[in-house]
Amino acid sequence: MVEGKILKVSGPLVVAEGMREANMFDVVHVGEQKLIGEIIEMHGDRASIQVYEETAGIGRGDKVVSTGAPLSVELGPGLIKNIYDGIQRPLESIRQKVGSNITKGISEPALDRSRLWHFETDLKFGDKVKAGDAFGYVSETEVIRHKILVPPTQSGTIVDIRSGDFKVTDTVGRLKLPDGTIVDIKLMQKWPVRVARPYTEKLPPVEPMITGQRSIDALFPIAKGGTACVPGPFGAGKTVVQHQLAKWSDVDIVIYIGCGERGNEMTDVLREFPELTDPRTGKSLMERTVLIANTSDMPVAAREASIYTGITIAEYYRDMGYNVAVIADSTSRWAEALREMSGRLEEMPGEEGYPAYLTSRLAQFYERAGKVICLGSDARIGTLSAIGAVSPAGGDISEPVTQATLRIVKVFWGLDSALAYKRHFPAINWLNSYSLYRDRLSEWFSDNVSKNWMDLTARCLKILQIESGLEEIVKLVGMDALSADDRLTMEVARSVREDFLQQFAFDEVDGFTQLDKQYALMELIFSFEDRARKAVAEGADIEKLVSLPVRERIGRAKSVPYATYKAEYEKIENEMAEQIAELVQACKED
Amino acid sequence: MIREYRTIEEVAGPLMLIRQVDGVKYDELGEIELPDGSVRRCRVLEVNGRNVLVQLFESAAGLNLSTSKVRFTGHGVQLPVSPNILGRVFNGMGEPIDKGARIIPDKLLDINGTPINPAARYYPSEFIQTGVSTIDGLNTLVRGQKLPIFSGSGLPHANLAAQIARQAKVRNSDSKFAVVFAAIGITFEEADFFISDFKKTGAIDRTVLFINLASDAAIERISTPRMALTAAEYLAFDCNMHVLVILTDITNYAEALREVSAARKEVPGRRGYPGYLYTDLATMYERAGRKMGSEGSITMIPILTMPEDDKTHPIPDLTGYITEGQIILSREMYKKGFMPPVDVLPSLSRLKDKGIGKGKTREDHSGVLNQLFSSYARGKDAKELMVVLGEAALTPLDRLYAKFADAFESTFINQGFYEDRSIEKTLDIGWELLSILPKSEMKRIKPEFVEKYWVRKDGE
Repeated sequence: MVEGKILKVSGPLVVAEGMREANMFDVVHVGEQKLIGEIIEMHGDRASIQVYEETAGIGRGDKVVSTGAPLSVELGPGLIKNIYDGIQRPLESIRQKVGSNITKGISEPALDRSRLWHFETDLKFGDKVKAGDAFGYVSETEVIRHKILVPPTQSGTIVDIRSGDFKVTDTVGRLKLPDGTIVDIKLMQKWPVRVARPYTEKLPPVEPMITGQRSIDALFPIAKGGTACVPGPFGAGKTVVQHQLAKWSDVDIVIYIGCGERGNEMTDVLREFPELTDPRTGKSLMERTVLIANTSDMPVAAREASIYTGITIAEYYRDMGYNVAVIADSTSRWAEALREMSGRLEEMPGEEGYPAYLTSRLAQFYERAGKVICLGSDARIGTLSAIGAVSPAGGDISEPVTQATLRIVKVFWGLDSALAYKRHFPAINWLNSYSLYRDRLSEWFSDNVSKNWMDLTARCLKILQIESGLEEIVKLVGMDALSADDRLTMEVARSVREDFLQQFAFDEVDGFTQLDKQYALMELIFSFEDRARKAVAEGADIEKLVSLPVRERIGRAKSVPYATYKAEYEKIENEMAEQIAELVQACKED
Repeated sequence: MIREYRTIEEVAGPLMLIRQVDGVKYDELGEIELPDGSVRRCRVLEVNGRNVLVQLFESAAGLNLSTSKVRFTGHGVQLPVSPNILGRVFNGMGEPIDKGARIIPDKLLDINGTPINPAARYYPSEFIQTGVSTIDGLNTLVRGQKLPIFSGSGLPHANLAAQIARQAKVRNSDSKFAVVFAAIGITFEEADFFISDFKKTGAIDRTVLFINLASDAAIERISTPRMALTAAEYLAFDCNMHVLVILTDITNYAEALREVSAARKEVPGRRGYPGYLYTDLATMYERAGRKMGSEGSITMIPILTMPEDDKTHPIPDLTGYITEGQIILSREMYKKGFMPPVDVLPSLSRLKDKGIGKGKTREDHSGVLNQLFSSYARGKDAKELMVVLGEAALTPLDRLYAKFADAFESTFINQGFYEDRSIEKTLDIGWELLSILPKSEMKRIKPEFVEKYWVRKDGE
């Protein structure tokens, strides 16, 4: 055990001497209170340590003890439904232990040591297992069957294994490695957070992650195993978008990382998710959620770690063959934590004071996402999708964090304050956002929703693009100057915006829209366009056309419940045909 | 044993370096005794071997390197608190300046506080009626929220803050209420405006004031808001009171922080502000809220002036990323004479959705709010177009929207600083205004509420 003495304290950075024997990235205990820190630089026998807790009260001469192990997370049953801080300390147990404020130097195991889990296994003496195979199962929640995996570094022959009720630290069996050593099998294993968990092979993602958010699914879809970012100024609705994704995405597990954000937002998730039902399983949404909370008032160094803690837990569930989504809010705060540590280390700054390695660190994080063939004999497939919010300073996306992120991720949902001011939510700007998965996912959408899905969504994008051009003209010469056809284009574009893209997150029906209903809604809007265009050609008055009563019905179509939408939309369609026909008839008679 | 050091090596700006010091801890409070016996305070910023870098809280004038003595107190900066702090006036370092008796402390609290465990927070959801339509109706404030006012030089943010402090109430509740007011580098007149307003309404007896005026030491401003928040935490979480904290002006605070950062030669972030400005502001703002084990709450209204009315300046920008919304004041509205001159469209309350609706305000609130927002936005667009092209260029519908926008500004927004509107009144005014538009435009409101509340005109 290496023990050194503190030389220097400057905020979250501590320098200790006498640390020659310690390893880089070892976890250390700092001072009498045993604050947790991590070695991030070595110079001779001096180690620079970033401390994950408030360092007030630490001084020269205090001792630093290395634990000899890198920063790791505990992986095993009991992760789901829990809320952790950036270095995986369970916040609920801490609350029960020390009250409602987080004091220093608390150590509390991440997984409940006293809880019994029922472990079931089909394996028996003499069975051969390799890395990534399942020893057995634990029902972690009503919806998650937790596979107890052979650690990625081991394989061998089962010497002893049994089903039964166990604590996470109990030995459920023993495994004989090829070199003859025998290791205990436990429900829990550890993994260093800065190392990506291995897999057999990475595959290109071809299936969409369905979010129920119309502007995302229809216009800018994300794939299962894909990466996306949501940049936007404050007040544009980043957090609501992230919450919606955490609530409604069709994945098995959601890891929500609140990184340097508001405490109340985490509380919101913590209090609201247990009340919400997952539309796919019928169970509470909390049954599939793990929360990592390092709020903005918590120590800044732990914010840096929180991203890695989150994604490592996500990889662990991916390795069981689940579809996992990691939602990080916000990666800008994480980058700021990097910047602060870099500044304290007196490194030469890159752009805007951020360290030169910002891009490579971001890339490392997002590259841990993907669709993979997991380790193990059954070659199961798991996906890990990563979605990061970015909070660009002043809402200006030319700043380094946004730009570095855009070079890596494949989907860009750009939030726009101008839309937010008009209360157009989600305020995803359709002109500059993009999804590089559109083509790759087109086959899935054609097979599973409708052959015309891609055409209709392309038509939405196109009409919005044309609208922005026409708007310029209107600003110069007024609406009157437009031809009837262009007037109609403007009206249909407005309909796409207001009746399709706008979605009220807090509404019971509107918060989540199934793909077939999304499709039907688009069909309804464009059916109006087709009929109206024909009517205009036949001489119908454009003013009368756009003020037909059926348009209000289209406007409210999104809030028709899923159960009845087919019949309802058909009625609207019929009314539309009738009203337009009447109008054309009346024109002809004039 | 407390040791005294006469080893001050250098003083530069707000920083002082002391050599050959032992046993000093990071963030410890130190006292500097001048030859004339007066005592000034400082705080440890960095321990590096036997060298200690401290930040002075007062000016360095008169400090003599060879004859001044420094001793360290063994603890951080603390504030003595007791229930008797109500009605008292303190300076920016927490010393009484109202000629009253010394505070006999119930407790000594570290002014930095400790982070609230997110698992121990209650989500704020109790509606606070401020009597201001633009806040209650559109950007609803709830107990435990932090809602800043973004203002500009010369705009009446003080009047609005005083109006909120005067009128704020939670309906059907008779809980204990207190105001903590921190003046951070503001002028005497502005501070006096608040104090006389508190006196006039009698609120002064349940108010704690921390005053750091423009003429006081700038560096003291770094602790002033923390003093105020520590007092607020004590009142809220120990004495179970509902505390409204007004911090004005955060811009002065951030400048003091920049001063220290520049003196330390740290790598600056945007506009010379330190890279940790976000984290630093967050450790103050996040102290608002409600938590388990206590009845009380801290609702925070920080006020800041946006340099050049620029919302993307780092201070408003980072504040907006931490706080739960913002009320923005507009010079244009002020010049038009609409008081309070709230710029409705970019203003926002993030916590409104859980604080409004049936049983809290009124069932139609959410719909009316969204309808008012989007109609006003469209009306403003129409008005802009009208300026360029004349009224004739608008469609008949857009003409109605333009009319709506005008009426909205002159009645809904323009209520003055002394009218106290109930939420029902605010919503009724909203419906009255919406009736300028055709009923079919009410797409944001549920049809049943349109039926119930629609203001019928003759012939309908």
